[in-house]
Amino acid sequence: MNKNKIIELKNITMEYDGEQILKGINLDIHDKEFVTLLGPSGCGKTTTLRIVGGFITPDSGDVFFGGKRVNDVPPYKRPVNTVFQKYALFPHLNVYENVAFGLRLKKVSEPEISRRVGEMLELVDLKGYDKRGVNQLSGGQQQRIAIARALINNPKVLLLDEPLGALDLKLRKEMQIELKKIQQRMEITFIYVTHDQEEALTMSDTVVVMKDGTIQQIGTPQDIYNEPVNSFVADFIGESNILPGIMHRDRLVEFAGNNFECVDGGFDPMEPVDVVIRPEDIKLTPASDDALNGVVENVTFKGVHYEIIVKAYSDTWMIHSTKAPNVGEVVGITLTPEDIHIMKKSEVKKVNYFKSDLTEGSDIEQKI
Amino acid sequence: MRKITSKLYIALVFLFLYAPIFVLIAYSFNESKSRTVWTGFTFDWYVKLFNNEVILKSLANTLIIALIAAVVSTILGTLAAIGIYNMKKWLRTAIVNITYIPIMNSEMVTGVSLMLLFVALNIDLGYFTLILAHITFCVPYVILNVLPKLRQMNHNLYDAALDLGCNPIQAFRHVIVPEIMPGIVTGFLMSLTYSIDDFIISYFTTGANSQTLPITIYSMTRRKVSPEVNALSAIIFVVVLLILLIMNFKDIRDSAPKKRRKGGAA
Repeated sequence: MNKNKIIELKNITMEYDGEQILKGINLDIHDKEFVTLLGPSGCGKTTTLRIVGGFITPDSGDVFFGGKRVNDVPPYKRPVNTVFQKYALFPHLNVYENVAFGLRLKKVSEPEISRRVGEMLELVDLKGYDKRGVNQLSGGQQQRIAIARALINNPKVLLLDEPLGALDLKLRKEMQIELKKIQQRMEITFIYVTHDQEEALTMSDTVVVMKDGTIQQIGTPQDIYNEPVNSFVADFIGESNILPGIMHRDRLVEFAGNNFECVDGGFDPMEPVDVVIRPEDIKLTPASDDALNGVVENVTFKGVHYEIIVKAYSDTWMIHSTKAPNVGEVVGITLTPEDIHIMKKSEVKKVNYFKSDLTEGSDIEQKI
Repeated sequence: MRKITSKLYIALVFLFLYAPIFVLIAYSFNESKSRTVWTGFTFDWYVKLFNNEVILKSLANTLIIALIAAVVSTILGTLAAIGIYNMKKWLRTAIVNITYIPIMNSEMVTGVSLMLLFVALNIDLGYFTLILAHITFCVPYVILNVLPKLRQMNHNLYDAALDLGCNPIQAFRHVIVPEIMPGIVTGFLMSLTYSIDDFIISYFTTGANSQTLPITIYSMTRRKVSPEVNALSAIIFVVVLLILLIMNFKDIRDSAPKKRRKGGAA
């Protein structure tokens, strides 16, 4: 991948109605990259996208396009185009005129417009729909028109704001593949906003996980999934068992009443940590003294695998397995050191932990 | 049985609604000046009407004033609606409520207060004050017709226009105006109708040379109801009826092809 920085966000903050929406966003976006801003609703991902599009100006911080500061450049002078949530097609224009809209403003000649609209409709697989009204199209078709309308302007960067949110599951999967294809064919940068972690992992070169107006982690889908930096990311991306634990020393952690070997280090001795284990990493074995034993509480068939809920020690475990044990059966939970991911406790939990240990006269100030 | 009763009921309602108008139309063709005796059929009152300079002059006044007031209030009202739409919520609610006041307010109060204002400002009552007064009471109707259209609009449309290269003025022209056009047209037609119809406010704000049709008719009937007034009323009724019919046919025609196309796509 070409590693030229095309967009830089530096220390962006944004406040709206007294609420801090973005708390210092720093993000580099490279040429021809498929970047996904991923996070729960209200995390500031759409706001970030709208700042890149120029629809809102950040309270502080700077936006650079190709090294040039563009904070005060209005949307119609930026080399980006947007596919809006719910498409925002112009209802008073037919398909052809919607797609031709941007070119007409640039006073492109009529034969040229006709040729390029034709090309675009072919790209999104809607040849021959020129004269239809946009409200006569299905959701998926409207989506394609919105993409064609944006791409016809040859933007360097395409911004997509939850573009597949209104589509049904099957159509969404098809469009995911289609979008990725279009991005590779047009060789442009996509900045994609979604709250769907699966969508993010499927399509992206880079995933940016956001929460409460801050970036939690930036990385490839593999990085984000396999090496989440904190329990929020681990929980948000895929399913996870998150258990309280205590780090005895490097590569030895205690949780669920047992000591386990792990591969992480760099914690204080006896530091409380979050232990994250992916449900598909756990192997179920016959109950034995060597394993962590638990009782199967529930088994649900999920198609590819069974989702098995096991109560072991004082924790509830979620396990994915292709074999289903019986409910009530005692099974062994077997983990290899590579399956155990140790994360620092998040700030809030830390305070709670020390509070619970409070005794009179103890010196806790510097710890909090 | 039930069907017959309900049909009879509808017939009665329509009879009460339209009987007065048909009586009026009938008497506009009555030879005698009397309102009770039918003496014979004539077109005389219509001929006299079209020779009556006072009536023709006030008809012209009415139409000119209504047209100017409607055009100006449509422009002002549309711009105001867009401004209100983009306000913060509490301010928007406040302004919309203030907008309702001229509509709810007694016309008498509006008329008197406008007259007092014009006198206090030393503006001679006449065309100018009439037009100002009409604009005053028409603007709220435009605002209240355009605002719902703005609310129905996908609020990303404006952003989409900017995104595709429109500057704010182009976005307004190419995207916002076509979207809210139905509201603008309704606002314009309502302004036109209310302006043509208005009597009370016009009565307080008009001068000697700028009498509108309602005022002229009123002063004519104060002396004695001339059958010319019947003739004039009949013409107004027929014109309004024709406009309504045209608009209804247009509605039917506009919605019909859409249905056909939908059927074709399915």
